[in-house]
Amino acid sequence: MNEQIEQEQMILDSVDKFLRTDVDPYVHDLEAKDEYPAEIVEKMKEMGLFGCIISEDYGGLGLSTQTYAKIIERISRSWMSVSGIINSHLIMASAVQRAGTQAQKSEYLPRFATGELRGGIGLTEPDAGTDLQAIRTVAVKDGEDYVVNGTKTWITNSMYGNTIALLVKTDPKAEPRHRGMSLLIAEKGPGFNVARKLEKLGYRGIDTCELEFKDYRVPADRLIGGVEGRGLQQILSGLELGRINVAARGVGVARAALDMAVAYAQQRKTFGKPIGEHQAIQLMLGEMATRTEAARLLTDNAARAYDAGERCDMEAGMAKYFATEAAVTNAMDSMRVHGGYGYSREFDIERLYRDAPLLTIGEGTNELQRIIIAKQIMERNPA
Amino acid sequence: MKVLVPVKRVIDYNVKVRVKADGSGVDLANVKMSMNPFDEIAVEEAIRLKEKGAAEEVVVVSIGVKQAQETLRTALAMGADRAILVVAADDVHQDIEPLAVAKILKAVIDEEQPGLVLAGKQAIDNDMNATGQMLSALLGWSQATFASKLEIEGDSASVTREVDGGLQTIKVKMPCVVTVDLRLNEPRYASLPNIMKAKKKPLDEKTAADLGVDVTPRLTVVKTTEPEGRKAGIKVESVDELIKKLKDEAGVI
Repeated sequence: MNEQIEQEQMILDSVDKFLRTDVDPYVHDLEAKDEYPAEIVEKMKEMGLFGCIISEDYGGLGLSTQTYAKIIERISRSWMSVSGIINSHLIMASAVQRAGTQAQKSEYLPRFATGELRGGIGLTEPDAGTDLQAIRTVAVKDGEDYVVNGTKTWITNSMYGNTIALLVKTDPKAEPRHRGMSLLIAEKGPGFNVARKLEKLGYRGIDTCELEFKDYRVPADRLIGGVEGRGLQQILSGLELGRINVAARGVGVARAALDMAVAYAQQRKTFGKPIGEHQAIQLMLGEMATRTEAARLLTDNAARAYDAGERCDMEAGMAKYFATEAAVTNAMDSMRVHGGYGYSREFDIERLYRDAPLLTIGEGTNELQRIIIAKQIMERNPA
Repeated sequence: MKVLVPVKRVIDYNVKVRVKADGSGVDLANVKMSMNPFDEIAVEEAIRLKEKGAAEEVVVVSIGVKQAQETLRTALAMGADRAILVVAADDVHQDIEPLAVAKILKAVIDEEQPGLVLAGKQAIDNDMNATGQMLSALLGWSQATFASKLEIEGDSASVTREVDGGLQTIKVKMPCVVTVDLRLNEPRYASLPNIMKAKKKPLDEKTAADLGVDVTPRLTVVKTTEPEGRKAGIKVESVDELIKKLKDEAGVI
């Protein structure tokens, strides 16, 4: 066997053992209480997951996006919330790795890789999500610092994490608007306030918060890349990685729903035989399995293109769109296969049913994905 | 002290095993393979001995097909220092029998001179439960099988063994062969950084012929069949009826 395949297999086997031993037994309780999985996060640090795609030169593991997507699929099959703990953290890290100055890379990447500095990205505001250029958080240069004022919301990892890549306007009057946008490495300090933790339908356990910045000072050398006006591009080029992550989460949730349905269909009996022998159930299982496999292949293809440095906004968009819709549909179908038990809190199906819809909204809505796909398909095939 | 741990590549314990149509054995084509779980426990114990300062080096050895190096890499990623692969077969379906394995291990041990051999009590594929015992006889070393607790005390080892009806603690002189049981420890899984580091640890390769051991099978597999499926139980009306059945039909009381 080729060495890389062998190594990937060892990594995935170890991730499976980690999930079986240190995640699966605790998911049901933590999720019911909406409790932050602090012990799981500590184990994730030991596992090296916070540095999995950070370059080996900076203390990471330098894994390919293809391997990363397979890890995320497995984690999400156990509990989607856990995959969110590393997603936006790694988008932040990859922004520094791609666009940071040499000093920023040396200072931050090794600490991101160990999880000593941990966090995510601060983009969304109460009045600006998909339309990021409409953000109002402002950073004004004052001596050696930027002084930041504004509000961010839906910021994952912001209560228990300590660092975020913060998107701000360094020139609110710039035209086009993105030329006035910059990205800062913001470590918690005076004026960086967590206003509240948001209550959510699903994706529980993980800290998604509203943040307030009041005269929060960031040293000017934390401006990613050292030049103002590049923030939007820096973060948008990282979002493809985020979309591949969310696609992989969709595959994981779709697979969890499928696996549970396949097992239940062979145990539960009606009219003297396992329900899996009734065609009504077989049709659902057939569709669920095919959807899962198609979602996995689209995700793997997008990850391969990302690794090869090819343009992959369309591929990542297709994977994100299809895999997350597969998660929603499979969660519903699995609930139908489970009948009344699927609706009960004793089973995990209802968790998948609550978790899956977030995937169609977060990291670029599925409406936006289809628009990206359409524009790209026309651009790549001019009439 | 150096600890030597033999590890075997077997069908992963989560796989539902299928018997080959001709009954000559089980199907290994495209089947997930892993380290024998009892061997994982032995590797874990050896690493713990090293961590508490009771051992200096952990050497893992695997005997079989070339692919067994994956199993060795897993042990290296868990924390073993060095690995030796003895290639003794080309075909994954060829099982090396316990006596041949014990002879190969003896040859390796003669070179390596470990103070302790920690082995799984048996491999979950053939359930022979023989290699450790044969090895200790070939070496003329003391042995302690089915260990659920192990303490090294100077030049002897105190081993708690799982025996019928309870636990037995014995003291054996070192060097010795200890085979481990399920409850000795909970093996760790390798962290991803350790998997990457394992790539750089030494893995030597030899062949059975290099060590002068003939691995020609001595046993003949007559047939292989799947175990019978479980049958439905029966309900009894009263405790008296249950006791009667246990006495007369099952013959267990």
